[in-house]
Amino acid sequence: MMPFQSSPLLVAENLSHRFGDFTACDNINLQLYPGEVLGIVGESGSGKSTLLNCLAGHLAPSAGQVLFSTRDEGVVDLYRISEARRRLLSRTDWGFVHQSARDGLRAKVSAGANVGERLMAVGARNYGQIRGEAMHWLERVEIDTARIDDLPRNFSGGMQQRLQIARNLVTKPRLIFMDEPTASLDVSVQARLLDLLRQLVSQLHVAAVIVTHDLAVARLLAHRLMVMRQGQVVEQGLTDQVLDDPQHPYTQLLASSVLQA
Amino acid sequence: MMESVIEQQQQQQYQQAAVEPEAGYNFAFLDEQTKRMIRRSILKAVAIPGYQVPFGGREMPLPYGWGTGGIQVTAAVLGRDDVLKVIDQGSDDTTNAVNIRRFFRRTAGVATTERTADATLIQTRHRIPETPLSSGQIMIYQVPVPEPLRWLEPSEQQTRKLHAMADYGLMSVGLYEDIARLGKIATSYDYPVVVNNRYMMRPSPIPKFDNPKLDRSPALQLFGAGREKRIYAVPPYTSVKSLDFEDYPFEIESWEHSCSLCGSDASFLDELIVDDHGARMYVCSDSDYCRQRVAAQSAQSTPSGEPS
Repeated sequence: MMPFQSSPLLVAENLSHRFGDFTACDNINLQLYPGEVLGIVGESGSGKSTLLNCLAGHLAPSAGQVLFSTRDEGVVDLYRISEARRRLLSRTDWGFVHQSARDGLRAKVSAGANVGERLMAVGARNYGQIRGEAMHWLERVEIDTARIDDLPRNFSGGMQQRLQIARNLVTKPRLIFMDEPTASLDVSVQARLLDLLRQLVSQLHVAAVIVTHDLAVARLLAHRLMVMRQGQVVEQGLTDQVLDDPQHPYTQLLASSVLQA
Repeated sequence: MMESVIEQQQQQQYQQAAVEPEAGYNFAFLDEQTKRMIRRSILKAVAIPGYQVPFGGREMPLPYGWGTGGIQVTAAVLGRDDVLKVIDQGSDDTTNAVNIRRFFRRTAGVATTERTADATLIQTRHRIPETPLSSGQIMIYQVPVPEPLRWLEPSEQQTRKLHAMADYGLMSVGLYEDIARLGKIATSYDYPVVVNNRYMMRPSPIPKFDNPKLDRSPALQLFGAGREKRIYAVPPYTSVKSLDFEDYPFEIESWEHSCSLCGSDASFLDELIVDDHGARMYVCSDSDYCRQRVAAQSAQSTPSGEPS
């Protein structure tokens, strides 16, 4: 395992979010260190996507705060800085991989433009360089560079997902949020994508928060695991520890309901 | 004697003096309260160059898409002493131009002209005159779609946010696509510009040939979109920059031909097919510019006093 730096990259303190009377996230605390992969597992409706949206700056929490350690300005409270600043952070310092590639890709423009969009958003204005970067990242996610000018809708599901990842990595983020990145893919494609993700995460030393209901995905990718149920964290610890020796009854249920191959 | 009469008639055709407006209309059709409201929007638009100011657009006696936005802006700023010129695709005598000019002659009785230099107010669709504009003139553009980001971002809420944060990377994505697919920036009209280094603006469907004329123009430039009820403006001497890439700089159209009528090689040319065999000729799209050049050339070749 790689050495972690001493100060955390992302911290959530007493984070709660309510939709009316319904509490989606209840008093959650977490810390994520550079290069670390945190898995959040739980059944549908357990609040994991809400938590992810709060962490990623998409949804202001009802209570608590999210602290992020920026490259140049030290630690900032995500919901205290201006929206413009948060947007800039969200396209330079972190990435977001959606469950459905359609939410994360721009369907009407080519793969190259999809990858280059973040670069142009932060001010790149040299076509040759943008295209070069796009080529490079398509290669890294194992997409044939000859398809750089094709529309994403002509890509297979797995390729779309890989394109989405390339699009997020192009600004060299330090943190990636992933919402069920493999859920819509068939098993063999899933395996390949997971392998690729694991490689990229370790090579680029990028931290990740992965929300999934698939324990196999969690076991493969995550260093650390948080188990959520009804808006609360019921158990957390090292992935192998949580999955092999679950303490909470709910975690035991989850771990035992995985089909054994 | 005969010649001078014809000349006079021609002159009348090109230039009409002020008359009494038709009874029953308020000056320039719109009521005073509406004009005041539009002027307030214009003032705000001038104060924030390139920013789209909403206004309470009225129903006008012509369909959307025919210049309802431009005509309302013109009505709001028109004064009794103004001299109005209306062009459509550069020409003074196309349907749209003739109708709008006649509309203001009937409802406001203002003087009209076809000469760019004589006009104080020019309403235009799709062109900026070739004759350089001067300080004190007002250009009014008819705008079909004011939002430059519309085709890339359908949500108005999102586009407003993008404008507020000057987040215009999306527009470059469009240009990137052009180059990736066609090898060059193929956008040839309504070419996106950044006004005063801040707001992204659609210059209305003028050819990109005219974009350089927007930059630091001495005239006040007002843009009215009737259907979408937006007004925006470029004040005099304001910087207007066309979007591009470092390695694919902004370029304007050029022709291998020059105008068949006046011989100009520096104006925007229309291509006309003149027979059934595909023969074509190129003429200036700016009819007034072309006519003046022809007149100047014939005056040179037949100096006055000599029998022709």
